[in-house]
Amino acid sequence: MWGGRKLGSSGGWFLGVLGPGGRSTQAARPLISPAVYAKNQLSWTLQIKPGVFSEYRTMWFKSYRMTFSCLNRIKNFRYPWVKLFSTSQTTVDSGEVKTFVALAHKWWDEQGIYGPLHSMNDLRVPFIRDNLLKTIPNHQPGKPLSGMKILDVGCGGGLLTEPLGRLGASVIGIDPVDENIKTALCHKSFDPVLDKRIEYRVCSLEEIVEETPETFDAVVASEVVEHVTDLETFLQCCCQVLKARGHWQNHSSLQPFPGLKPCSYLSTPSSWDHRCMPPYLGNFNFIFYYFFVETESLDVAQADLKILDSRDPAASASPSARLQPGGSLFITTINKTQLSYALGIVFSELIAGIVPKGTHTWEKFVSPETLESILESNGLSVQTVIGMLYNPFSGYWHWSENTSLNYVAHSVKSRVQEYPMSAEFVLKRETEELQATACTNPAGHEELKK
Amino acid sequence: MAARLVRRWGAVRAAAHSGPLVPCRRWSGASTDTVYDVVVSGGGLVGAAMACALGYDVHFHDKKILLLEAGPKKVLEKLSETYSNRISSISPGSATLLSSFGAWDHICNMRYRAFRRMQVWDACSEALIMFDKDNLDDMGYIVENDVIMHALTKQLEAVSDRVTVLYRSKAIRYTWPCPFPMADSSPWVHITLGDGSTFQTKLLIGADGHNSGVRQAAGIQNVSWNYDQSAVVATLHLSEATENNVAWQRFLPSGPIALLPLSDTLSSLVWSTSHEHAAELVSMDEEQFVDAVNSAFWSDADHTDFIDTAGAMLQYAVGLLKPTKVSARQLPPSVARVDAKSRVLFPLGLGHAAEYVRPRVALIGDAAHRVHPLAGQGVNMGFGDISSLAHHLSTAAFNGKDLGSMSHLTGYETDRQRHNTALLAAIDLLKRLYSTSATPLVLLRTWGLQATNAVSPLKEQIMAFASK
Repeated sequence: MWGGRKLGSSGGWFLGVLGPGGRSTQAARPLISPAVYAKNQLSWTLQIKPGVFSEYRTMWFKSYRMTFSCLNRIKNFRYPWVKLFSTSQTTVDSGEVKTFVALAHKWWDEQGIYGPLHSMNDLRVPFIRDNLLKTIPNHQPGKPLSGMKILDVGCGGGLLTEPLGRLGASVIGIDPVDENIKTALCHKSFDPVLDKRIEYRVCSLEEIVEETPETFDAVVASEVVEHVTDLETFLQCCCQVLKARGHWQNHSSLQPFPGLKPCSYLSTPSSWDHRCMPPYLGNFNFIFYYFFVETESLDVAQADLKILDSRDPAASASPSARLQPGGSLFITTINKTQLSYALGIVFSELIAGIVPKGTHTWEKFVSPETLESILESNGLSVQTVIGMLYNPFSGYWHWSENTSLNYVAHSVKSRVQEYPMSAEFVLKRETEELQATACTNPAGHEELKK
Repeated sequence: MAARLVRRWGAVRAAAHSGPLVPCRRWSGASTDTVYDVVVSGGGLVGAAMACALGYDVHFHDKKILLLEAGPKKVLEKLSETYSNRISSISPGSATLLSSFGAWDHICNMRYRAFRRMQVWDACSEALIMFDKDNLDDMGYIVENDVIMHALTKQLEAVSDRVTVLYRSKAIRYTWPCPFPMADSSPWVHITLGDGSTFQTKLLIGADGHNSGVRQAAGIQNVSWNYDQSAVVATLHLSEATENNVAWQRFLPSGPIALLPLSDTLSSLVWSTSHEHAAELVSMDEEQFVDAVNSAFWSDADHTDFIDTAGAMLQYAVGLLKPTKVSARQLPPSVARVDAKSRVLFPLGLGHAAEYVRPRVALIGDAAHRVHPLAGQGVNMGFGDISSLAHHLSTAAFNGKDLGSMSHLTGYETDRQRHNTALLAAIDLLKRLYSTSATPLVLLRTWGLQATNAVSPLKEQIMAFASK
């Protein structure tokens, strides 16, 4: 606790002096965005660098080789159309088995090298759970997330996949590292319940995009973004597999955001906290702008939209119908600040050894501003950004207002992408949109109470 | 912390039946055993209540729970006229737990007796302490164990889709998972029953009494000693009907004697005394026994003038400082006769497990701690364990955690050890302090008791702690 506070305060100080965070967002975005967008727009190849450490560096090469032997073991009950990859042999050598065993032990050892990831579950699982629960009117006791489809990108050994599965969600975990998936498959196989709910695949994100467009209620990319070579493409893929906003059958009476404060009590720049839910059809160019209007925070695509008051007559017209919000994207990663260099790399890797050497490259860290601008440009509206601080002495994570080290971002798909879509479908949506009422944009502040 | 965990894992490894790799192979691949989320070993009051608490927990609706009980199913078709001699003093905190899963309603519909005051006094002096609540709230309830058990069994039947109860079945072997999670080894605890059937569980809860098989199999060290005392219990008939809402306890040099209300005319006796005297009390004829009980409550034979004078002096000083009258001494009812065949004796001891949890194992109730009955806290400590463990497990389930993970089990251990060790130490100290008639100690305890009785905030603290 003491350590956490200390870090937090010094982080704030750093920010104040050096100023890459905070209020400079507005100014920073125009500079950042073009640079980001110019990068490799056409490249569709995406490689997630796994958080594997130097002593297992050999496996990085394996991961790029992409063997799909594991797929044989998976029952593809949910996606029968998945084409089977030919498994042209993996001669299992004893060296590989040894590494596999060693790695398996590492992933699931709560006190081991992945301990911080285990204890991060105490924060990220409730965060994901609560934000998803806000989107559904009532949930099944014991299985709050039942009926939800979640994609865990870069699942590793399944540390986050299993808790989400236990909460009732159908989860697909993907990871480009064969060994990670082997570990994850093996670990879940002992739990008959999880065995049914979780599916693991050795593949990259863009491979799954083709099979599962607009499929998932949530995509989780936890501690992955900082390992990705092309962040923009990565986030674009995340957006494509998320469900778009649709009509909800359940006619339960839900007031939009009862008791929510207009302003966020986060110290994050206010532009991240706006909750806008623009409809995706051009005919109805209005936007339910619930809490406060900050025109300069609207990105280009929304600039021509007319801004209406939250008590829009259309909103109260038919209280029984409501919109299902778009899928949620949850990202946890490390900010790109001097402090994150000092603590995330110099202290954690070189001095204290909390994280294996070579796990992270500072250049690949992502600032919330950059992340947000890419998310917004992909039609995702950022709901919440909260900092997380790790106390290396207690081994626990704490929520923090300071995002200069680790942070979690929750964004919701709010705008339809230009996917090929049948005219019929569009028409149907259009009529649904007419009856649309309250948007059910979830807001994630509950966690801050802790 | 880390060192501690390593030590724990090491001990588990030692307790495993064979090396870490060999047994794991056996389970790899298709294991057809049922995997339970929680298995409670021991279906006594505490074990059954634990299964109930989890069975009724909203976050456990999707979980599978198994309760193993060596004995037969105990359902009271009809409440017998005579009271059972095995009774428990249920604190308000325990009653809250029981009502949280509906068992208390059954108890209310059957029979229980609330007591509103408690008078504790010394046989060697005039010192006494009187616990009562201003608003005449119930201080606790005297309930027959059979009645509690019946209520729990009824409630367990109602959640039979989640909680499986196996009667007349006893685990004969527990096999722990490998100390370090191996890739292809089962991470669960394997349980073999006497009839050869096997189960797997993510969390094993040991509620199998003070000779806990789970504790021994896990290799958890237990600090324990036997007291040089046995307790004699009996059902007594009072000479006249009274309001009977006071719990009486007198500390004799041989041990405490307590009279707990059952009805207007009946009380239950718990008399802790030396083994020989206890055996004598059980075997003597009924009239003699009644005389012995009455004289234990009324006799002033152990008084000495010096102590009486010293006690009176302090009482006078307190009277000067605090003119408001402290509650006056009340006289216990006299006993007319004893229920036939209700006299039973059982030995007393103290025990405390060094650890309450290990990976995938938790101990509750007497498996973790055994106390002297003088404060009537035994079963209440067990119920307190249940509240705490159920709370931690419920949170863990709602967070999607692995139920056997140490990260929340240690939270339970910390909570309960803090409470239980304090209570255990206090009860042991009281037992020792009151087992002597040496003048300096008698003087000390006389003054201590009188002072405590005079300082009401202190008394309230004690009551609050005991009623948890």
